[in-house]
Amino acid sequence: MPLEPAVTDLEQLKTHPALARLMERDAAAVEGAKFDRDEMTMVIARVFLREACSLLKLDLGFTFLADLTAVDWYPSEPRFEVVYHLLSMQHKERLRLKVKLAGDDAQVESVTGVWPAANFFEREVYDLFGIRFTGHPNLRRIMMPEDWEGHPLRKDYPVEGYR
Amino acid sequence: MAHMTTTVPLEPAEDRTMIINMGPQHPSTHGVLRLLLEIDGETVVRMMPDIGYLHTGIEKTCEAKFYQQVVVLTDRIDYLCPLTNNLAYCLAVEKLLRLEIPPKAQWIRVLLNELSRINSHLVWLGTHALDIGAMSVFLYCFREREDVLRIFEMVSGQRMMTSYFRIGGLALEPPLGLFERVKKFADRFPEKVDEYEDLLTQNPIWVERTRGVGRISGEDAVALGASGPTLRGSGVDWDIRRDQPYSGYENFKFKVPVGKDGDVYTRYLLRVQELRESNGIVQQALAGMPEGRVKADAPKIVLPDREKMKTEMESLIYHFKIVTEGFAVPPGEVYMPTESPRGEMGYYVVSDGTAKPYRVHMRGPSFANLQVLPKMCEGRLLADVVAAIGSIDIILGDVDR
Repeated sequence: MPLEPAVTDLEQLKTHPALARLMERDAAAVEGAKFDRDEMTMVIARVFLREACSLLKLDLGFTFLADLTAVDWYPSEPRFEVVYHLLSMQHKERLRLKVKLAGDDAQVESVTGVWPAANFFEREVYDLFGIRFTGHPNLRRIMMPEDWEGHPLRKDYPVEGYR
Repeated sequence: MAHMTTTVPLEPAEDRTMIINMGPQHPSTHGVLRLLLEIDGETVVRMMPDIGYLHTGIEKTCEAKFYQQVVVLTDRIDYLCPLTNNLAYCLAVEKLLRLEIPPKAQWIRVLLNELSRINSHLVWLGTHALDIGAMSVFLYCFREREDVLRIFEMVSGQRMMTSYFRIGGLALEPPLGLFERVKKFADRFPEKVDEYEDLLTQNPIWVERTRGVGRISGEDAVALGASGPTLRGSGVDWDIRRDQPYSGYENFKFKVPVGKDGDVYTRYLLRVQELRESNGIVQQALAGMPEGRVKADAPKIVLPDREKMKTEMESLIYHFKIVTEGFAVPPGEVYMPTESPRGEMGYYVVSDGTAKPYRVHMRGPSFANLQVLPKMCEGRLLADVVAAIGSIDIILGDVDR
């Protein structure tokens, strides 16, 4: 199958219900969107995240937080992307949300209030990437020992570790 | 992971309560799960799972390997269903590449994936029953599991770390006599499931120990990210194989058992029912097995046949290039959800256009299911904790990665 180019034009994607709903609420807070390989991605401004998540959950049926992780684009800026994979069982639909974070200000509001499932996932991202989630009930390391130095999944952390 | 620190991160809230450790070396925590329990007499007041004892940094390792080398790493995540991991990863990369897989390869993938589910559920049933005190079930389950492992050994040469699926299809043509052997197994298997059910389903001790224990409501299960039988046991009708089919699952007919009580007994019934359904899928796959190749037609991605490599210049070059340099994957990202025996196993793969994945993240079903455990156990008896752990079918390799 030939690879179709990704659609990134907001005008073209506006028919997507989730995107339309978010743009209706605050068009400036939607920083971008992409439809690629049958998957919808939306990039949201950091301040709008919590509100967007509540909207998606309550109005569009994305009741299930399937996954939450991060990607480190070191050395380019904004360095981090926090990635949320949402699922609406009702509409059998998936959606990817992204928030971009600068390397020197890597924090974002926790979504544990919207989806309690985010608890462990946010702790994992905090542990392995060093991204802080404000308002998280128990933001401690989860995989690595408590006294570990550094965050292993960052790109400037060597694969074989520090010796 | 609190094992490096000397302080216990949980302090007793009242004078009458105390903190005890369950695990990480405890036979019924199914691996290295550590639970910090605050108990009041025999009642669990609070529970805090402490994980990370099996953290191996697989996600980091993936970033240093070629795409095709990662397949081997995925075996080690959920070690009871390595083929399911292989499948989820291969499907994710194939989606990135937009690679079309021949029907025969897809059907064999489904066949082996369902055998993996049977294998995994058998280990679950055996150990779960053993935890609660029914020893003989364990011996029966491992008898059939041995047959499944022999089938895996026949196709891949390995009993557990199979690595049989490759990006673009299968590693090899299935060996002669495989389908006859699987058929022999699948024909006999339903009566074996009857045997397990004879031992447990009506057994008063079993029912007493499991019914009404480890309850979780459907709303809580969804909110806490539970999936698989843990979710379906609470009445949420969701199975990715049926609702968002992948790898040709839309060609198969099967029922998705759904419970409503959300207790340990319901989850037991569901998984036993799933054993039968999986066996049905295996039989359908055998009956309708298409003819043809088992590798996609993509010489730059799929290794050539051994014979061609020795006789054709082109094939030799491709082989050399793939092994030494890998193959470039067009930039992009995909999230590939699959239904593992434990729930939603999702692979998130990000490509930056090179031959090594920029980021691979595994959404392990056990990781999310573990969050449900405190909700099931708090306010219940300590002895029920063991039953509840067994009922969410936790695999620590999948939790910690």
